[in-house]
Amino acid sequence: MKLYEHEAKKIIATYGVPTPRGAIATDRQQVRDDACKLGGPVVMKAQVLTAGRGKAGGILFAQTPSEAYEAATNLFGSKIKGETVSVILVEETLPIKKELYFGITVDRLNRCYVAVASQKGGADIEEVAELEPQKIFKHLINPWLGFRSFHTRQIAQKMGYRGEQMQLLAEILEKMYRVTVEYDAELLEMNPIVETHNGKFYAADARLILDDNSLFRHEEFKRIRLQQQRNLSPDEFEALKNGLEYVKFDGDIGVAGNGAGLVMATLDMINLYGGKPANFLDMGGGAPPQRIKAAFKIVLSNPQVKVLFVNILGGITQCDEVASGIVQARKQLASVKPIFVRLVGTNEQEGRRILEDAGLPVFESMEEAAKNAVSFARKVH
Amino acid sequence: MGILVGESTRVIVQGITGEQGRLHTQLMQEYGTQIVAGTSPGRGGTTMHEVPVYDTVLEAQKSHAANVSIVFVPAPFAIDATLEALEAEIKDVVVVTEHVPVKDAVDLMNYAKFVGARIVGPNTPGVITPGKCKVGILPSQEFVPGNVGIASRSGTLTYEIAAALTRAGIGQSTCLGIGGDTVTGLNFINILEMFRDDPETKAIVLIGEIGGNMEELTAQYILDDRYPKPVVAYVAGRFAPTGKRMGHAGAIVMGKAGTAETKIAALEAAGVRVAQTPGDVARLLAHTLRME
Repeated sequence: MKLYEHEAKKIIATYGVPTPRGAIATDRQQVRDDACKLGGPVVMKAQVLTAGRGKAGGILFAQTPSEAYEAATNLFGSKIKGETVSVILVEETLPIKKELYFGITVDRLNRCYVAVASQKGGADIEEVAELEPQKIFKHLINPWLGFRSFHTRQIAQKMGYRGEQMQLLAEILEKMYRVTVEYDAELLEMNPIVETHNGKFYAADARLILDDNSLFRHEEFKRIRLQQQRNLSPDEFEALKNGLEYVKFDGDIGVAGNGAGLVMATLDMINLYGGKPANFLDMGGGAPPQRIKAAFKIVLSNPQVKVLFVNILGGITQCDEVASGIVQARKQLASVKPIFVRLVGTNEQEGRRILEDAGLPVFESMEEAAKNAVSFARKVH
Repeated sequence: MGILVGESTRVIVQGITGEQGRLHTQLMQEYGTQIVAGTSPGRGGTTMHEVPVYDTVLEAQKSHAANVSIVFVPAPFAIDATLEALEAEIKDVVVVTEHVPVKDAVDLMNYAKFVGARIVGPNTPGVITPGKCKVGILPSQEFVPGNVGIASRSGTLTYEIAAALTRAGIGQSTCLGIGGDTVTGLNFINILEMFRDDPETKAIVLIGEIGGNMEELTAQYILDDRYPKPVVAYVAGRFAPTGKRMGHAGAIVMGKAGTAETKIAALEAAGVRVAQTPGDVARLLAHTLRME
């Protein structure tokens, strides 16, 4: 679960990480009020969950409250990488001397957390990683040792600081690790950490992605999660409610299958044969009738979808049960859109019979089913 | 032979009284796997499918000397269960449980390394050595004995590709899912090492997918090691949603890795033949095996 910048900043601030003064606003009047209270020039930051919003026009500066009011007028309701801006974080601007980068995430290969620090941060951090790798330091965190004070001092030194400044920065890094561990973060990132002209450090931005699988021990996030769910589209919300993994695309061939890998391979195959998938939808193992119905409803209610391709590999899941679920769902939803089913596995014969009796085309090979779905979608306009 | 599980495998099922534990204990028994004991805290002294149930692994081990454990325990308690098996000196644990927190997985893998244990998963369909032993939830009818090893990041794609191999008359030595999570135990490189030393395995299939850089690192390993057996791969996710990528720190750690294109390019550069579709794996393998 991704948190918004203002939520992440609130958390790191409670651990004592310095953040710029600021407040959130949901309309332009509030932006002006916030700017008045802060006094002096302000920065307005669109609260969206995607990274790279600065380059997409999501960060604006204003010298006066009325300038802020004007800028906010355009920013509210605008789209940043597909996300509509409804909340703006208004903050004081900092006298920036230098921008650094610091993040903690999971290192898959080494099976541990890794701290990544850079002498040069900001919007072009990926370019720095590629062109000036010597400016970036990685430290694998031993789970038993943790990320200790001496580690953080070593990193602060590598970033070019000595004495009191080294201590200040090291303390921030140590607190970052505490947040990572205590909040079960998959990613905690400060980009940039700003060094001001008077030698202080501030987390000018903060990104925090929590591990969804850990939410059972973080009651406090269930509320935020519910709030975020309200921002989902109706079909995304429906998918979430029914335990379906769903991502919508632009195409016209609806897809549903059991197993993430299989569905991914199905999309690849449709694409390979020149078709355009409308979505990713994993119904998971078992696929009981109500889940199949929910899945079909989501996919078929997309007006762009011309045909639904269902790819089922029954392993432990019984083909006949899935077939009955498919027939039932189709009847209840009363959709006229055709459904092509690829069905193999346990009790395959019985499953095929059920589908054929209901007049649904059934295929044994994934290739054949994909080709048919693609050519059907081409014919309908 | 095969790897990880075989005729001498003696299994403890942790979480044997849960829905999944019950069902798969029976299916594993039907396949011929020796299930010697089960655990379910609070249900000690009972039996399940004629398997004695204990409150703790330590207690079960006193009379059964299992060498593999399979964990069906729900996510909040799965790592605790796995550590319990490791403390009872079981060196191979298959963790089927989905949705294990990544922090817990990090702690587990660290301890497993310390005690020299091998973890398959979490979030794995398990391991099967066809005709001999199954420790997992894989649908056994798709697999037949033979000489191709399969290591996969996806459950259903493993079944899909194994079934296609079986239909093409190509049997398998051992097939396993490494687990779909960010942090898992055995990875492709560890498994390639095991397959290299297994006389029964003549060729290997790797089933990868987008995310992380395991495929790229595996390609590097194949090159550096001059890996002696032919490897065929399939990578799912060529048509992957853009903008669903990890944040910066991930991007920095991985460089530009993570997309299907970079993975396929890296594997091909290492001499691995990469199939365009799951069905192509069988065709490429048939060709490769004829060449050998």
